[in-house]
Amino acid sequence: MSQAVTPSRAQVPLVGFVGQALAELGDAVVAVERCDERRGVARIDAERTLEVAKKLLAMDGSRLATATGIDVRDGIDVLYHWCFEPQGVVITIKVLAARPSLTLESIATHVPAANWIEREMHDLLGANFRNHPDMRRLILDDSWPEGVYPLRKDFDQVADRPPLPPVPPAPEEGVS
Amino acid sequence: MTHKTMLNIGPFHPLQEEAEFFQLSIEGERVVDVDVRTSYNHRGIEKLDESKTFDQVPFVVERVCGICSASHPLAYIQAVEDIAHVQAPPRALYLRTIVNELERMHSHLLWAGLAGHFLGYNTVFMWAWKCREPVLDALEIATGSRVNYANCKIGGVRRDMTDEQLQEIARIAGEAKGPVEMLIGAVLDDPVLHARLKNVGVLSKKDAKAYGALGPTARGSGLPIDVRRDDPYAAYDRLDWNVIVAEEGDVFAKTKVRLLETVEAIKIIRQAVRDIPGGQIDAKVEHIPPGEGIGRVEAPRGETFHYVRSDGSNYPVRHKVRAPSFNNIPTFKASCIGYEVADVAITLASVDPCYSCTERMCTAVDAESGREMYNFSQLVKLSQQKTERVRRQA
Repeated sequence: MSQAVTPSRAQVPLVGFVGQALAELGDAVVAVERCDERRGVARIDAERTLEVAKKLLAMDGSRLATATGIDVRDGIDVLYHWCFEPQGVVITIKVLAARPSLTLESIATHVPAANWIEREMHDLLGANFRNHPDMRRLILDDSWPEGVYPLRKDFDQVADRPPLPPVPPAPEEGVS
Repeated sequence: MTHKTMLNIGPFHPLQEEAEFFQLSIEGERVVDVDVRTSYNHRGIEKLDESKTFDQVPFVVERVCGICSASHPLAYIQAVEDIAHVQAPPRALYLRTIVNELERMHSHLLWAGLAGHFLGYNTVFMWAWKCREPVLDALEIATGSRVNYANCKIGGVRRDMTDEQLQEIARIAGEAKGPVEMLIGAVLDDPVLHARLKNVGVLSKKDAKAYGALGPTARGSGLPIDVRRDDPYAAYDRLDWNVIVAEEGDVFAKTKVRLLETVEAIKIIRQAVRDIPGGQIDAKVEHIPPGEGIGRVEAPRGETFHYVRSDGSNYPVRHKVRAPSFNNIPTFKASCIGYEVADVAITLASVDPCYSCTERMCTAVDAESGREMYNFSQLVKLSQQKTERVRRQA
């Protein structure tokens, strides 16, 4: 199921530091899309996000920079960007939250840096993260309607904008 | 038995630059929990960029932040250059370096001034901002504007600088060195500030890594990360400068890192003006092929991360912007808990959280006691009173 958005099966040769790091992830990696001196891109098994995140966080000099969610045909493509210092490497781990559930295992339980960005992807794209410690709204206002995701491709900024919430009544005269 | 109270800071306050809501749980004077709520001014720039052409996006993203308005476009441009496999000409790389370091200077000086004010050192505030003013003049010489420089473009920079302009920038940077060093001496040798800032708001190295802390916040906690050195862009790999790291993780360490980085910035600008080569400033990019790219820039507050995906059309399919404060603000969960309320203002300020508009302040009333709780100006007052107390003891 998770291979649906992986058209290219051609494996890129694993070289250098990026290659070593990707090799350590073992068979969780489904396809390697890019592997050069400073950048790596790999797609992983959608069921194994947490396992991969634990391995990456345990590596020397690693940190989660952020994640990108993209609305694609088959679901929400989630890209976790891991940086490695001092090598100056960025490895992007792609994982598809497939329709219709759009659900992935949260990595925020183990990587605090993922907490906010997973909430953001939930708010703006409607991706769901199982076992996330604190899935309150982060970006959207409380008055924003449920089930409207402004970063989806089918959301039009002008036509689909929800009405503004009602203005609270003005305070009475003489009351400070 | 201790009574737990909630302390609300925000969402609006003139000392903070943009709306943000902190809720502290307090037992007596101790902070036991912190909750943060942001995005009161979310402008949907990522969505907006999908309807702009590749050439228009830099003008949008420089408005992400009024202070980092050189870093964001540069990160975006590097992501696009990554997709298109373009290398900007050397002169353009040096010009980018000069503008980005001027930005770091003015941002760090701005922060030093604000931090001084939070602690009740309004002289530091006046000096730091006086020293910052010529830096903004230099930016105006370099780009025609004090903010939103519109300097970079895909494949190079938009405008060249003449030799006279470059010499003037080097002179202004050089003249800032004396006052900055005096400021550093005044701050780092002050026994009151030592007593006030050491062992306050400590962010451990382990927490800094787990929360993905960036920039001076990470470097003050002993994490030697700096995109300028690790993944060099612009002309940083051709110049001689140091990454400033402090191990302690407290507010003092972050202050030290920022102040010493200002001196490094002056060093970089003067070298860049000395070494700048002649030649083209633009690689003349005509087409952005399908693909995806990542651009990283060390903004004053830490790494700015941009991801761009192209499908071969004129418009980006997706443009992700991650500003450094998005990672730095959650570190309050690790650095505020266990400290006094009087230390919160400076701890919150120590990561230099980047928000940007006019703000008001809400005052909350404790439902049980009916007592009014702190607002941010009271919090700053509390912080200034503590400094005064420490000073009298010293």
